[in-house]
Amino acid sequence: MALPKYTETRYRIWHYFYIAICTFVFIFLIAPLFVIFPLSFNAEEFLVFSEGMKNLDPDAFSLRWYKDMVYGTKNPWGLAAKNSFIIAIFATLGSVILGTVAALGLSSRHMPFKGIIMATLISPMIVPLIISGVAIFFFMAKAGLAATHTGIVLAHIILGTPFVVITVTATLSGFDHSVTRAAASLGSNPVNTFMKVTLPLILPGVISGGLFAFVTSFDEVVVVLFLAGLENTTIPIQMWTGLREQLSPTILAVATCLIVLSTLILISAELLRRRSERLRGINR
Amino acid sequence: MSSETKQILTTDGIPLEISLKKAERKNKIKAFLLVAPLLLFLIITYIFPIGEMFTRSIDDKMITNMLPKTFKSMETWDGKELPSEEVFASFLSDFKILVEKKEHGKLAQRLNKEKNGFNTITKKLFRQVKRNKIDETQNIKEQIMKVHKRWRNVEYWQAIKRTAPPYTSAKYLKAMDMYLNEDNKITQVSEDRRIHRILWLRTVEVAFFVTVFCFLMGYPIAHLLATLPMKYSNLLMICVLLPFWTSLLVRTASWMILLQQQGVVNDFFVMIGLVSDDNRPEMMYNKVGTYVAMTQILLPFMVLPLYSVMKTISPSLMRAGKSLGGTPFVAFWKVYFPLTIPGIGAGCLLVFILAIGYYITPALVGGASGTLISNQIAYHMKTTLDWSFASAMGLMLLGGVLVIYWLYNKLVGVDNIKLG
Repeated sequence: MALPKYTETRYRIWHYFYIAICTFVFIFLIAPLFVIFPLSFNAEEFLVFSEGMKNLDPDAFSLRWYKDMVYGTKNPWGLAAKNSFIIAIFATLGSVILGTVAALGLSSRHMPFKGIIMATLISPMIVPLIISGVAIFFFMAKAGLAATHTGIVLAHIILGTPFVVITVTATLSGFDHSVTRAAASLGSNPVNTFMKVTLPLILPGVISGGLFAFVTSFDEVVVVLFLAGLENTTIPIQMWTGLREQLSPTILAVATCLIVLSTLILISAELLRRRSERLRGINR
Repeated sequence: MSSETKQILTTDGIPLEISLKKAERKNKIKAFLLVAPLLLFLIITYIFPIGEMFTRSIDDKMITNMLPKTFKSMETWDGKELPSEEVFASFLSDFKILVEKKEHGKLAQRLNKEKNGFNTITKKLFRQVKRNKIDETQNIKEQIMKVHKRWRNVEYWQAIKRTAPPYTSAKYLKAMDMYLNEDNKITQVSEDRRIHRILWLRTVEVAFFVTVFCFLMGYPIAHLLATLPMKYSNLLMICVLLPFWTSLLVRTASWMILLQQQGVVNDFFVMIGLVSDDNRPEMMYNKVGTYVAMTQILLPFMVLPLYSVMKTISPSLMRAGKSLGGTPFVAFWKVYFPLTIPGIGAGCLLVFILAIGYYITPALVGGASGTLISNQIAYHMKTTLDWSFASAMGLMLLGGVLVIYWLYNKLVGVDNIKLG
């Protein structure tokens, strides 16, 4: 962003002011995440930077809270992590299957009532979570699925499908339908055509929708708070209880692990997006 | 068109028009069948329960079913003087059935909500009934009136009559800090008890200002991201996307650490001499905390739609504006800004809709003066178990969101939502 030499002073000042604002906003966005890292290695119990940490004294750092997270007797993180992964994996599978099939139908130009159906399908994303929570709780309580894994998985499928529907319809919008016609003319049945031709082409969209669904489920707390019993505790629920009662450094250790996980997800989502844009022939 | 035009036939001898229509219908059914599983699933588990929230919020059948005979005999009562012997008798017989089913406590509770004082007199009547002190061959009216002086007060009988209809708007009125008084007029509750209206206003206020802050912070960086060369902007994009993908609770936790009294932000203020060390401002458990944390958490939802719109604006347009004699500011205001309006609309509505239903962050960093209407809904769902009231407030919130959603659909179109 080098300025040309003839720029007037007042625009020069404005330009640097603009850069300063942007720098501030970027720091505002990203810095909070980096406060957690050093504090999770704190040797003491307080959530402030101790004198030792400021002087980079190696004794001020320890893996104490990570040990507590894994081996701590009172800590339910093990059970919570297990539950979170099981629920998120099944919810992702459910959302991806239902969402992809629905997106295939929605992208067909023969689809009747497209607008209203699309609005219905993505409504769980727009309706405030607290209302979804109340409604889903009423259903699960009636169906006898409250405080069960099945109930939470179904709830997360409801919340996750809109993301899959949106990403897959976006991928399909650039899809060349003559390839499926070519497959059909060569004698392939529709299921075979989908598995061998369509799916490999839209796979990046499907996977990135799946990633959204996974993160939605893995991070979801409002609906689970209504649905979960003691057995179904998840990582977000444990964090929620921990943050409400007392902010302990163990939570920061967990948070650090979650940030690492989200970084991995971000990288894979970005790689997928680039791949899918390349396949769709979007040049930049 | 000449009358000799023959219908075009397919090889099977069916008119082409019919054959085409048939194929079209087949395709329609095929497309619909693909959508059907998800649509059915959502209707059963999601849309239908939202409808159930509505019936629950206006439902008042419990008491209608508890006192069927009383309400039947009250139909002819004008409600001005004490009801007749017949009403008293049917009330007693209804009450006896409730005592047998051990449901008289529920009745007392419900009636007490309508008018204070029912708890005591229902308990008194219960004791008399339990000991079989009331002789049904004698005048029942006299005997009930002897149980407690309030049974002689016509206002209590009027209160019972008011509970007769199976549906009530009471929960909605309560959410607006209003109620129906004795004459069936909508009245406001006394000033010191108007808590809900404050919460509604605060919710809208917080959502509005968070949207404004997100716009003010999001616009410059979206512009920077869209105009920088790819290799720099990709790196900076991580600053937007990493918070977007990180757990909401993690981000809230980090704000709790930053904003606490001994936290990093306060340390910094002390260091640059903005505040003195013994007078550190309280930034958490109030509105400041809610604003700061929510703005950071929702900022990516503003930046991403703005970025995707700005990316499509050709830089030559700004150059053209400048070459035609506009200063950079004029060129920006007259050329660039109008082109970004679709992105602004999308971003603002998205952030506003998300902010208006926010629950987790206000509950953790908001304290008492930072809680929003969603916190009140959760409180009634989990603590007081007044589910019908929670449903009523939820539906009012949903109504507001749907209006915004409809606006969003009109302005941007729901299928134009872009993620990442």
